[in-house]
Amino acid sequence: MSLWHFFLENHTEVLELTLEHLWMVGWSILFAVLIGIPLGILTARWPILNKPVLGSANIIQTIPSLALFGFLLPAPWIGARADRLAILALTMYALLPLIRNTYAGIKGVDRSVIEAGRGMGMTDSQLLWQVELPLALGVIIAGVRIATVTSVGLATIAAAIGAGGLGEYIFRGVAMVNNQVILAGAIPAAVMALLADVGLGWLEKRLSRV
Amino acid sequence: MKESRPDGNDGRPAIEFHKVTYTLPNGRELLHELDLEIRPGEVLVLLGRSGCGKTTTLKLINRLLTASGGELKVEGRSVDEWDVIRLRRTIGYVIQDVGLFPHFTIERNIGLVPKIEGWPEDRIHQRVQELVKIVGLDPQIASRYPRELSGGQRQRVGVARALAADPPILLMDEPFGALDPLTRAELQREFLALQNRLNRTIVFVTHDLREALLLGSRIALMDAGKLVTISTPEEFVNSSEPLVAAYNTAFAAGPHPEERQ
Repeated sequence: MSLWHFFLENHTEVLELTLEHLWMVGWSILFAVLIGIPLGILTARWPILNKPVLGSANIIQTIPSLALFGFLLPAPWIGARADRLAILALTMYALLPLIRNTYAGIKGVDRSVIEAGRGMGMTDSQLLWQVELPLALGVIIAGVRIATVTSVGLATIAAAIGAGGLGEYIFRGVAMVNNQVILAGAIPAAVMALLADVGLGWLEKRLSRV
Repeated sequence: MKESRPDGNDGRPAIEFHKVTYTLPNGRELLHELDLEIRPGEVLVLLGRSGCGKTTTLKLINRLLTASGGELKVEGRSVDEWDVIRLRRTIGYVIQDVGLFPHFTIERNIGLVPKIEGWPEDRIHQRVQELVKIVGLDPQIASRYPRELSGGQRQRVGVARALAADPPILLMDEPFGALDPLTRAELQREFLALQNRLNRTIVFVTHDLREALLLGSRIALMDAGKLVTISTPEEFVNSSEPLVAAYNTAFAAGPHPEERQ
């Protein structure tokens, strides 16, 4: 049976797993954006936060993904459902690129532009919303892009804790020693990562000022 | 006789330094007991070599830096009593790197302070058009972005932006320092013409004696965080004070091809 036949015969299941995959990646990136960008802004504003925040995000990255899923299992409410757990873990992994890029984007704004704005009597929030964030936007989107592409790949591991997604096929294929089944999970995941990469890359270019 | 300003200035200094000291957190003193009075409508040039404290002095006035000791008054009121945002919007600020917002058009750049001050749009637009002409730019430039302008044009925009909300005081930190000699001479000439009309209180930082003599009503020479002398350009060139004399000699000598052997 060719891969093409496999897709035709199992198209409802393929679609379902793809949607599950998208669901996990989508929520985790959304949460990571909502947490990571404000944290990046805070670290840029108060250098004292730099080490603890970037340090913790860095440490999270070094935890092997399978272990992180395992650690989170006993958590109340979250541990009750595998997809919640997967979303939390993926969010934690996505934080570092978001915090770091927001921080770098803001810090990368030309010093003289900030000095001129401050000297003219802009308030901190005016500087942030009208100058720093618009000028950092391209770098921040680049962070979202890295986080999304990584997250699409990582989410395949979530199948190991029963959260579903395209990892199902990969784990099944490995167990069956069947390359076609592995590819049935790997190819849609790769396509998803590529589309996210191209789409967000386009957005990044459009929003990069200067 | 100078015309009295509409804000009812009764001849008191626009800016006063009384024994103002500025010390870095690591204990290094950048400014030592500076005493200085800047009169309304004068162009006071702070002259000195790099690191002598002239930029520090300037940034204390709009509180980009906060003095460690002494008293500093702007328009008769201590800068600590001013609301810092109000203070900065009362003082125009022009720096060498201009610092135009790259994502704003020239119009939005110039109209920034009026905008955050809540002026109505049509009044901002009118003011921008007026300023563009005042600083000698083509009005069509207003819809362009800073990257499309030459260095000289950008600095003109920087000056227009500083003048936008009609501040009585202007701080200028080597505004013409990064320009080629011809453009610099042109902007210096226009600066004088502009100041003749507008009569602002201007504190102008430079390390270029030629510029100081040309633009200043008085020159304050600084060295190692201290004020050495304060004098008119005429007094300055005739002074026998050793450091002033050193400046005059270095300037008068100029570069000569014969020196290169």
